Amino acid sequence: MNTADSQLENAAKPLIQAQGVFKSFGSNRVLQGVDLEVQRGQVACIIGPSGSGKSTFLRCINHLEAIDRGSLRVDGELVGYREQGSKLHELRKHEIARRRADIGMVFQSFNLFPHMTVLENIVIAPMRVHGISRRDGEAGARELLEKVGLPHKAGDYPRTLSGGQQQRVAIARALAMKPKLMLFDEPTSALDPELVGEVLTVMKELAGEGMTMVVVTHELGFAREVGDVLVFMDEGRIIESGAPRDVLANPQTERARVFLSRVL
Amino acid sequence: MSQSAESFARNPRIEDPTRGPVENASGDPAVYQSHQDEAPNRADQEERQIVPVRHWGRWAGAAVIALLLALLLHSLITNPRFQWDVVWQYAFSPQILEGLRRTVWLTIAAMAIGALLGTVLAVMRRSENPILSATAGGYIWFFRGTPQLVQLIFWYNLSALYPTIALGVPFGPELFSLDANKIITVYVAALLGLGLNEGAYMAEIVRAGLNSVDKGQTEAAEALGLSSVTIFTRIVLPQAMRFIIPPTGNQLIAMLKTTSLISVIALPELLYSAQMIYIQNFQPIPLLIVASLWYLILTTVLSIGQYFIEKRFGRSENRLGNKTLLSKLITRRLAKEIA
Repeated sequence: MNTADSQLENAAKPLIQAQGVFKSFGSNRVLQGVDLEVQRGQVACIIGPSGSGKSTFLRCINHLEAIDRGSLRVDGELVGYREQGSKLHELRKHEIARRRADIGMVFQSFNLFPHMTVLENIVIAPMRVHGISRRDGEAGARELLEKVGLPHKAGDYPRTLSGGQQQRVAIARALAMKPKLMLFDEPTSALDPELVGEVLTVMKELAGEGMTMVVVTHELGFAREVGDVLVFMDEGRIIESGAPRDVLANPQTERARVFLSRVL
Repeated sequence: MSQSAESFARNPRIEDPTRGPVENASGDPAVYQSHQDEAPNRADQEERQIVPVRHWGRWAGAAVIALLLALLLHSLITNPRFQWDVVWQYAFSPQILEGLRRTVWLTIAAMAIGALLGTVLAVMRRSENPILSATAGGYIWFFRGTPQLVQLIFWYNLSALYPTIALGVPFGPELFSLDANKIITVYVAALLGLGLNEGAYMAEIVRAGLNSVDKGQTEAAEALGLSSVTIFTRIVLPQAMRFIIPPTGNQLIAMLKTTSLISVIALPELLYSAQMIYIQNFQPIPLLIVASLWYLILTTVLSIGQYFIEKRFGRSENRLGNKTLLSKLITRRLAKEIA
């Protein structure tokens, strides 16, 4: 990255700005003041023990969960609210949907639509949300399938694909909406070890094209190689963050040291 | 046969003519064979004949059933009191066919009302709005909790409770009013009595179907920015259909016969048409057979339809297990046609 580029990026607002985000489920306080900024084009990896709130935080970013307190902005806009004068208006369902359309999300359990073919899975959202024609949608879908290495699977049903193939279709489905941000919620955790690589390769290519990504993962190798920022969460807080190499080599907190020594 | 068994018991040493000398019969053929064939080397094992397990119990059971079926068939044909000539005479009589027509359209219409109402109630029941959810729950509680026969008679006699039915602003002025006796005809009463009751049962079936769809499906659809309506109609409902259709087929077949209840409000559907004939000619058995045969034929048609619809909605799952006799017959027929 040269100086001119970084100056440009500094001038632009960060794509994600989280300040003091709190979230509870009943008496279970899952997020207890999360602060995070992700710049455009960055890949942020979130690691941490299970129950640390990393998936919940990710889900808050596209409003699958509503935050209790704090502020969370994507591309300058408050998630779930419209600012008008001094008041915050809660968004209606279709307004939330419109904003979500700009954020791609990939789930641990793929969540492909089992009653639709691979192609139908990919074209439904562009057709229904962006209103593009079936012909254009299918052309785009085939390009995306080429990109994730599954050009021959267009007519297949998801259950006939391996886990790794399903997750690559899920990535293609999210990309079909031309999102400005991609969220990955433990995308390789449900996969057999030998299938993890094919999904990470696709994600790496995506990062190389400059996509802004937030990845909740246990793949420290991926975080080190592809990540621009590594965030370590524990008990609903970010307790370490920085360049992946530094955080992984020199954890500052005892909690992170213990966790990394177990995982590595 | 019983005689030979008795004599055999009295004198165990007597020779059973069917089995040869008693001494020899002690060796069961299978045991005998395995003694003989004790292989000198194991290489021979692959070439040896395999004797499959014989299911003697099943064969005996099948023989008993076959005998009973033969007896039943024989009596059906030979017992003159079934009066098959009368059955045949009335099977296609205009009165019966008119009743059949009414039964068919009442079944379809009541089921359509039930399915639509059931879907609406199921969605209400799952709503986050407590009033909507409780209303649906109360409806289901009431209509499942009272006898359908009572509901039918109640709708038929609605005019006793509300002599006029008016449309107007709630608690305000009336726009127009109608005589309840004229609106609530037997047909309307029948459709209300059957359809509203069915709605309560369908609501539970649809709700169970909707609940069976993984929450991740809705989340994935929401994350793509799809609208609530699209998520329901394109993602959740089609997947719920696999769970909704089999019990709905059951309900439809049940509805076909429940329509016979409306004979109490004197609407001549299939059963009541048959009754009206045998009240005049005093031949209840053959006419009840006529009605039953028509119900059986309709049920068969519905079962075949159900098989194909289930197949269509299960296409991504390809569940081929649990074949019924009917589905086997249909598949074989199709395979033949294709060949």
